[in-house]
Amino acid sequence: MSKVQVKMTVNGAEVEELVESRLLLIHFLREQLNLTGPHIGCETSHCGACSIDIDGASVKSCTVFAVQASGAEITTIEGMTDADGSLGVIQESFMEAHGLQCGFCTPGMITRTHRLLQENPDPSEAEIRNGIAGNLCRCTGYQNIVKAIQLAASRLNGQREAAE
Amino acid sequence: MNEIKELTHEEREATLGGIGCAKKRKEDIRFIQGKGNYTDDVKLPGMVYGDFVRSAYAHANIKSINSEEALKIPGVLAVLTADDLRPLGLHWMPTLAGDTQAVLADGKVHFQNQEIAFVVGTDRYAVSDGVQAVEIDYEELPVLVDPKKALLDDAPVLRPDLEGKDDAGQGPRTHPNHIFNWQVGDKDATDQAFAGAAVTVSQDMYHPRVHPCPLETCCCVADMNPISGQLTFYGTFQAPHVIRTVVSLISGLPEHKIRVIAPDIGGGFGNKVGAYPGYVCSVVASIVLKKPVKWVESRIDNLSTTAFARDYHMTGELAATADGKILAMRANVLADHGAFNAHAQPTKWPAGMFSICTGSYDFPTAYVNVDGVFTNKAPGGVSYRCSFRVTEAVYLIERMVDVLAQKLNMDPAEIRMKNFIQPEQFPYTSALDWEYDSGNYPAAMEKAMQSVGYAELRKEQAEKRAKGELMGIGVSFFTEIVGAGPSKNCDILGIGMFDSCEIRIHPTGSAIARLGTKSQGQAHETTYAQILATELGLPSDDITIEEGDTDTAPYGLGTYGSRSTPVAGAAAANAARKIRAKAQKIAAHILEVAEDDLEWDIDGYQVKGLPEKRMAMKQIAFAAYGSNLPEGMEPGLESVDYYDPPNFTFPFGAYICVVDIDKDTGESKIRSFYALDDCGTRINPMVIEGQIHGGLTEAFAVAMGQVIDFDDEGNVLGATLMDYFLPTAVETPAYETDYTVTPSPHHPIGAKGVGESPHVGGVPAFSNAITDAFAHLGVSHMPMPHTASSVWKKCKELGLTG
Repeated sequence: MSKVQVKMTVNGAEVEELVESRLLLIHFLREQLNLTGPHIGCETSHCGACSIDIDGASVKSCTVFAVQASGAEITTIEGMTDADGSLGVIQESFMEAHGLQCGFCTPGMITRTHRLLQENPDPSEAEIRNGIAGNLCRCTGYQNIVKAIQLAASRLNGQREAAE
Repeated sequence: MNEIKELTHEEREATLGGIGCAKKRKEDIRFIQGKGNYTDDVKLPGMVYGDFVRSAYAHANIKSINSEEALKIPGVLAVLTADDLRPLGLHWMPTLAGDTQAVLADGKVHFQNQEIAFVVGTDRYAVSDGVQAVEIDYEELPVLVDPKKALLDDAPVLRPDLEGKDDAGQGPRTHPNHIFNWQVGDKDATDQAFAGAAVTVSQDMYHPRVHPCPLETCCCVADMNPISGQLTFYGTFQAPHVIRTVVSLISGLPEHKIRVIAPDIGGGFGNKVGAYPGYVCSVVASIVLKKPVKWVESRIDNLSTTAFARDYHMTGELAATADGKILAMRANVLADHGAFNAHAQPTKWPAGMFSICTGSYDFPTAYVNVDGVFTNKAPGGVSYRCSFRVTEAVYLIERMVDVLAQKLNMDPAEIRMKNFIQPEQFPYTSALDWEYDSGNYPAAMEKAMQSVGYAELRKEQAEKRAKGELMGIGVSFFTEIVGAGPSKNCDILGIGMFDSCEIRIHPTGSAIARLGTKSQGQAHETTYAQILATELGLPSDDITIEEGDTDTAPYGLGTYGSRSTPVAGAAAANAARKIRAKAQKIAAHILEVAEDDLEWDIDGYQVKGLPEKRMAMKQIAFAAYGSNLPEGMEPGLESVDYYDPPNFTFPFGAYICVVDIDKDTGESKIRSFYALDDCGTRINPMVIEGQIHGGLTEAFAVAMGQVIDFDDEGNVLGATLMDYFLPTAVETPAYETDYTVTPSPHHPIGAKGVGESPHVGGVPAFSNAITDAFAHLGVSHMPMPHTASSVWKKCKELGLTG
């Protein structure tokens, strides 16, 4: 099958690759770029394990073709760690609030949280629960994920205030 | 030594981060950065992919399989069928229950989506094209989906391969579609108790077929090295050593040439215990093609073919006195096992630990009858977040107690209090012969009732009922039986269900411990280290825990049935105590005192009455590798322990769920859920709470929405996440957790296991709440799952809708 050139920014780095036009973005990320943080849980955009950030929106990468993302700016869980290698606030908050168990949904959950807190820096519990409704977790029952997001929100807001 | 002395007792204890400490999890650091290593992340040079051509029909003969077009597709390397596996004797494989299961359909398909051919190609896309291109010519056969029709004289015979065989594993068969009959208890005494009882109740109930549905599906990578003859087999294995033995037994490969590696696992919940055709085909393809072969299930494959749970058609009966003292119980079960007898139970127990169904109650006699039958559905019957068939058992007794309470016009909590096994009766032998290790049920129930304001809730409910509103209060008091198990009554394929731990203390006082279990999210890397920290006196941060590599870990039976803490956790404690025994000899030698003159204190040995004369474990570790050892002692500080538990453990708990139901939409809103768990000694309260939240949510899913259903043609109706209910954060309720502590007397550290309790106790709590909302209207049972549509139909039937 003939291949198409795609060019995009992934976690801050320019990427240029040849792909089959039918290649799903999740396979492109995981297999061609070796970014195995985003996972595949359902292939039908229900579970959100493959959630990434594309041009400022949360997107389930299992139902997007790589060619559709050409020209886009993409952030995956691998881009959530600070530039110096230290953990991001959201990552730390998930660990502290015990917001994960098997870890399979976690990359999608953290990436989604990153975007949610950009959209709504001070969400209520109901807004958090609605905001992560596209990301399924089988282990935690969400209670500690909600706590982790509340913790992350308050820390990020604290940082923002301190900077102002 | 000086450094240690400067710390207070409390500080030294805190430094360990041992048992009872809410330590953050070691495993999180990789997961939160997307650096976990799950099986689908494994990428080997030259690796190819495999996937199945699956049956469109639930029951059909296969007239022909044509792979010609598939093999023309660029990238497709091979198409394996049963005929290719036959010369190797691998077209059928033994199941854990003593039956055989087709690896690839051998002339006949028995359920929809059954594996027919295995297409291997250079990438997932080529394989997918190949799968589409294989042509199958079927001859449809009559389909059997209703297990109640399986034993009729004119029922279609599903398993002609068993013709003339009176055993499909687990006992004599009475009909071509029959698998086993299992009876336990004293039938005559039970019948007599029923005949003489003032009150009897009977209730039919069905625990629907559900699926554990971990977020990561099953997958594997088989890598046969043609030069060394070594098979490295990565996969989503809850029981890596069992997989190694099974692969050796069915493939004929010597077991020392097989290395099974279970990397990080994205949830298991029972789904990843068994051996599946994908595993066998990947191994064969790797041998044939001399390349590593990866197989990854799709979600549809997962829900429709790898092991389901439950599917128990039950009738419960209780006999009681007029004032509500239970005298006897009868249970009759029709177990739908699907097309092959492939459920995962200890081999001798065809219905697992179902005979725990007498619950938390003290009565003298009970009788259980279980028949297993074949239908045209996927095989399985795993324990979905529970010990073997324990959710079924607890659902049955906890529903039946409510049914009896309703008949006697008694409060559900009151009838439980009246019938509890009393604290002084432990160890207690149940009517069906289980020896419960420890418990204090009345105290737990009272604490639960006080915490939720039970009396006020009932008062509010009465007021609401008077106004025509629907409010339910679900009470569940469960006793689990976990930690399988004593080898005297538990084995898998003849291997006793022990577990193991091996510890190596390094000279500088850090350590590595390896165990025969396998975490799937339960935080073993953290909690085992905590057990060892307390036992060894070394900080848990300095102890690496490793599982899942059969070349390095000692043999163990894996993680399911809440067995990790009860069995491998005990092995860890015992292995640590062996190290301490040697450490004591070394310390005595160096401190020049008799061994008996030393006492253990937090992190080392000290001379009795002279606490300043002491050796910390770290110092002893270094000494163990030095030259000043007692005469004749081997250097080094290592131990291994294989722990065969003397008994199961019996965690218990009291759950109370409050629900408000909208009678016009049938929607149920869980207002509150209180969960009191007693799992004995608590290792990490944070992890315990997380396990309880998760187990309750899986119970919520089962009670409120999960079912794998079939139409009359055997088409599976619930095989995508569009149809199969996985709760989101929006509908999942908030939970309040609580605890009491009644240690297990026979476990080295008194721990009982907790991961599955909330599921086992949660299912009846949610379900009882729904039925309780209708109890005043004469409704004795509401069938699961309690979807809005099914609840609304009941409202409509009762004339409650506006």
